Amino acid sequence: MSLLQVENLTKRFGGLLAVDSVSFAVPQGAVFGLIGPNGAGKTTVFNLITGNYEPNSGAVSFDSRDITGRPTHRIVAAGIARTFQTIRLFANMSVVENVLAGCHCRMCSGPVASMLRLPHQHKEERQALAKSMAELEFVGLFDQAENLARNLSYGNQRLLEIGRALASDPKLIILDEPAGGMNELETAALVSLIARIQARGITVLLIEHDMSLVMKACEHLVVLEYGKKIAEGPPGEIKKNPLVIEAYLGSDDEDF
Amino acid sequence: MKHAAGQIKKPAYAVIILLWLIAPLFIGKYWTDVLNNVAIYALLGLSLNIILGYGGMFHMGHAAFYAIGAYTTAIINTAWGVPVLWLMPLAGLAAGLFALVVARPIIHLRGDYLLIVTIGMVEIVRIALINNVFGITGGANGIFGISSPTIFGFQINGIVAPAHYFYLVTAFLAITIVLFYLLENSRFGRALKFLCSDEVAAEGSGINTAGYKLAAFVIGAVWAGMTGTLYASKMGFISPESFSFWESVVMFMIVILGGSGNIAGVLLGAALIIGLPEIFQGLQQYRLLIFGLALMIMMIFRPQGILPPKPRSYPIGKLEKNEVSL
Repeated sequence: MSLLQVENLTKRFGGLLAVDSVSFAVPQGAVFGLIGPNGAGKTTVFNLITGNYEPNSGAVSFDSRDITGRPTHRIVAAGIARTFQTIRLFANMSVVENVLAGCHCRMCSGPVASMLRLPHQHKEERQALAKSMAELEFVGLFDQAENLARNLSYGNQRLLEIGRALASDPKLIILDEPAGGMNELETAALVSLIARIQARGITVLLIEHDMSLVMKACEHLVVLEYGKKIAEGPPGEIKKNPLVIEAYLGSDDEDF
Repeated sequence: MKHAAGQIKKPAYAVIILLWLIAPLFIGKYWTDVLNNVAIYALLGLSLNIILGYGGMFHMGHAAFYAIGAYTTAIINTAWGVPVLWLMPLAGLAAGLFALVVARPIIHLRGDYLLIVTIGMVEIVRIALINNVFGITGGANGIFGISSPTIFGFQINGIVAPAHYFYLVTAFLAITIVLFYLLENSRFGRALKFLCSDEVAAEGSGINTAGYKLAAFVIGAVWAGMTGTLYASKMGFISPESFSFWESVVMFMIVILGGSGNIAGVLLGAALIIGLPEIFQGLQQYRLLIFGLALMIMMIFRPQGILPPKPRSYPIGKLEKNEVSL
């Protein structure tokens, strides 16, 4: 049973066909990779799934429900959380407050309950704080909770983004180049973090440039080039696929 | 260090509150009236702070909501004699509904674009009032004969006895500060600060940014509308010129100068912007020049305002070990 199904997704920016009739299905519980050379349309596919862009045609269904073109916050509430390729944290807020942003969609108290400080609102705040601290422990930032987000190292900021996404209790987490700017040690830690996320029963969809990470972490890959899907299969097969080798030789062969 | 600052802060606040409460006993009618104005502008600043301070939306038309509250009070009070304080919730509701209708189509606008549209909004409201829309606003002359507030039969006349009015407006200000403090330190306040910091990240974290922006507008408008009731009942008459674009600018300055997103900052901003020109009255025509210069210097050397908000701290230490688990 596939958790996420993308069918004939197409997106045009003016004359540019950024995503051309891409289809794939992410099975429940998998670590699924989306790779391709620069400008292949990977991030655009992510933005189409998470509702940041509306597709020109095609459909996205999640958990057997159609979510095409729904607003992003509704998609997050449905169970898809994401991180960003360029880090987007709330820089001047504390680390734990950043994670609380992820808890938001699982909370319910509104302005009136807050102004009157109703008991359920108080309880909910405490639970959210506890949940946030637990997520920080999970990604290894427990001791940084009271630091400002902007004071974290680059690698830790990436981890914080993952923690914030996990706090929304997703069924599917989409990681957009999580190893960008990380050193080898941090990347190795990331591979084990992805495995621990999977062990929690959360499906992972990964965009990555770092081929060693993709080969280690993913069970199944989809390769995009010029907005089109050119190959799909397990990493071992993809590595030998002549179309994929050609696509990568054209741009950044040293990665492969 | 952090601890020491907190220890000084609490007694300092207590002294300021005490001085504020006993001030009318020692200062004359004129200065009590100045304090009344400071309190009214503090209320307007606090209501704008929800939109501009927490939400980061450049809203330069707040006087429109203030006007709708004041006119709702004036029209119903003069036509049917309903006691003004009873009209306070209604004035808030009218301003809130107006905000809901006008803010909805402009909520997605950012920064300078929103600024221009809201300036248009406040001008349209003022011109509509001057042109006596529906024949009920009294045109350029405004509306006369609004009654004073009464509490258990005790009449509070803002012109004759400013000290009585002082305690009325202070009570409402105190309630507002408490409610807004709780609002700031809640899921709602947090969501506004998230979308102010990075709208894309906030939406991507599951926050309905458009909905929260609209809610901020409505809450800010409700409070400005209720403050309109206080203003109308203090003056006894209102006219369109009390709700000009300049009034919106003053409210905007109070929030930005004092420290946008911080309640104490906004209160200080109101005291400075409304109080200082009165203190420097001896300088006559030069006082506005000095005032303007001070504002400019301030914005160059401390653009975040005199008292910017501090990052919120959370009671992490109070959590039990067994609570923190997935």
